[in-house]
Amino acid sequence: MKLAFLSRRDVLFLAVLAFLLLVVFPFALDGFRLNLVGKYLTYAFAALGLVLCWGYGGILSLGQGVFFALGGYGMAMYLKLEASSVENTKIQSTPGIPDFMDWNQITELPYFWQPFHSFPLTLILILVVPALFAFVIGAAMFKRRVSGVYFAIITQAIAAIMTILIIGQQGYTGGVNGITDLRTLHGWDIRTDSAKFILYFVNAVLLLGVILIAMFVRDSKLGRILVAMRDKEDRVRFSGYSVANFQIFVFCLAGVFAAIGGAMFTLQVGFMSPSLTGIVPSIEMVIYTAVGGRFSLFGAVYGTLAVSFARTSLSESFPQLWLLGLGALFIATVLFFPNGLAGIWRDYVQPTVDRVLKLRGKPSDPAWEAGKSSTAPAE
Amino acid sequence: MFGDYSLGDLGSIFAMQGFAGLILFSVYVLMALGLAIIFGQMGVINMAHGEFMILGAYMTWLCSEFFAAYLPSLFGIYFFVAMALAFVASGSLGMLVEWALIKRLYKRPLDTLLATWGLSLILQQAYRSIFGPREVGVNLPDWMLGSLQVTDSIEVPINGLLVMALTILITIAVYLLIFRSRWGQQVRAVVQNRVMAGAVGIDTEKVDRLTFGLGCGIAGIAGSAFTMIGSTGPTSGQLYIVDTFLVVVFGGAASLFGTIASAFTISQTQSTLEFFLSGSMAKVITLLAVVAILMLRPQGLFTLKVRR
Repeated sequence: MKLAFLSRRDVLFLAVLAFLLLVVFPFALDGFRLNLVGKYLTYAFAALGLVLCWGYGGILSLGQGVFFALGGYGMAMYLKLEASSVENTKIQSTPGIPDFMDWNQITELPYFWQPFHSFPLTLILILVVPALFAFVIGAAMFKRRVSGVYFAIITQAIAAIMTILIIGQQGYTGGVNGITDLRTLHGWDIRTDSAKFILYFVNAVLLLGVILIAMFVRDSKLGRILVAMRDKEDRVRFSGYSVANFQIFVFCLAGVFAAIGGAMFTLQVGFMSPSLTGIVPSIEMVIYTAVGGRFSLFGAVYGTLAVSFARTSLSESFPQLWLLGLGALFIATVLFFPNGLAGIWRDYVQPTVDRVLKLRGKPSDPAWEAGKSSTAPAE
Repeated sequence: MFGDYSLGDLGSIFAMQGFAGLILFSVYVLMALGLAIIFGQMGVINMAHGEFMILGAYMTWLCSEFFAAYLPSLFGIYFFVAMALAFVASGSLGMLVEWALIKRLYKRPLDTLLATWGLSLILQQAYRSIFGPREVGVNLPDWMLGSLQVTDSIEVPINGLLVMALTILITIAVYLLIFRSRWGQQVRAVVQNRVMAGAVGIDTEKVDRLTFGLGCGIAGIAGSAFTMIGSTGPTSGQLYIVDTFLVVVFGGAASLFGTIASAFTISQTQSTLEFFLSGSMAKVITLLAVVAILMLRPQGLFTLKVRR
């Protein structure tokens, strides 16, 4: 297959990332750490969606955790139903339903759990439900030309509603503990070390696939319209494009990316809970994107890994310092490195690399140049 | 859900819950006023607004402890001292933050959201280190604890009325300050055209700093009121930031009257529903209703008719 949309530089970056994810990490890290990296990478899916949506499209969503939850809970519901077979739950007053439903005096499986008995249907729902949800939100907001700050606040409110709802409706969702005690995927035990190893690779390959899709979108005509829209929405509208449709599409795409991440999170970590999906995790996804560089797909992955590593090592050794560090990192990124890690790479490392490798790719990416001008005074 | 109650009962329930919601209403109004000044007038999205409120709440708590220990005879009036102190503390911190952080970001409004989120994390950790991770509550003086018996089944809490009265006073003061004073004229001029405002001799940096300080100071007063409905912990403020932003957006940014009307609607809906449903469902339904209305009418309830 010829991937005509990739420049030589993109191929090189992709190869480096693939080498890192598929060769370096599995050999250098023990099983526990590798699983941890796999967990971090699931957030990179959401960060990739945000690069397209926020960096390219200019739509800041503070509700990506909602889509992460939709994907994660979809997968968790399937796994939970499989773990709650009649033999496994015969001590309950109603065998065959998840344990937390039994504790909450629910005697019948709710209708919205029914489709999750089937594995193919679950896989479809994990992709379709977030896309539909994003479509409804997007259609309602973008058709009325809501954008910028207002959109950010409303998506944040939706994230809050979702979390309160999940915690409040304990009997249907597992409440604040989430859906735990997940055992097998279609008869395959996901708790063993070998299963975790395999899941890591599935996750990494999926991530690379999502990056390819994102690159395809970025380099297509659609990607250019997104950038144009972000910088001069009215001009794009007057040129005859339906701005709202493009915004809805990219928001749905970002939602689906996040949902894939959520589903992989559930598989690798073995539970799903509202603490992973509310306001704070949603904003953390934005942090990953911002630290990595909001115009850079690869930056999003490295940003996610860097911030998560920093969090784990800091909170292991200095638990009080972590919040301070995260806050300071965030302020510093916004104030001094608005283009994040990718910006540092581009300004300081890239020229040297280019000279050594004699690369002559595109002289500049339109998104970057536009990104620079969009920080200039608005008229 | 209304079936089990007679019409008279329902009337009493609505009245009681309505008065019980007064403090929530006051907190929303004060928080939203501060946010509306900062967001509506300056275009800055202050995600740390909840933390400025909590600073006010901690000041109130410190005051109550101080008066109980050293000036027990004056304990009855400590609350007014605490409110003033909360305003000064949050306001000064706000001006400091504006000078160090916000003033570099006026050209990038979405980035202020990210930077102030970072600030809120730092403040939360600071509160945890200084005041401890445990939640604290304040003691109210006896005369504020009672309630007025209006009819047989309706009681009105005195502290609710007091906070409400203070809220109205502050709202009127803010209105006069922004729309009737010379300084407010400068604020509005800077909002409309920063460059021209500078050209006619307005010190725009000073105006920005004072505006941001005023918004944060009002949040501090909201913190004083907040101590009456909840206990104060390092992360208490975060719970209110979403609600407050919704209040501001729902009311229509840049419209003070809209802010008050939407704070009233949201707090009363929530407080009334809480009687019939669980607290979390009341909140979900209230927020959902607000989001649904905003989807149909994104400009909010009240908007200024301006040419853009």
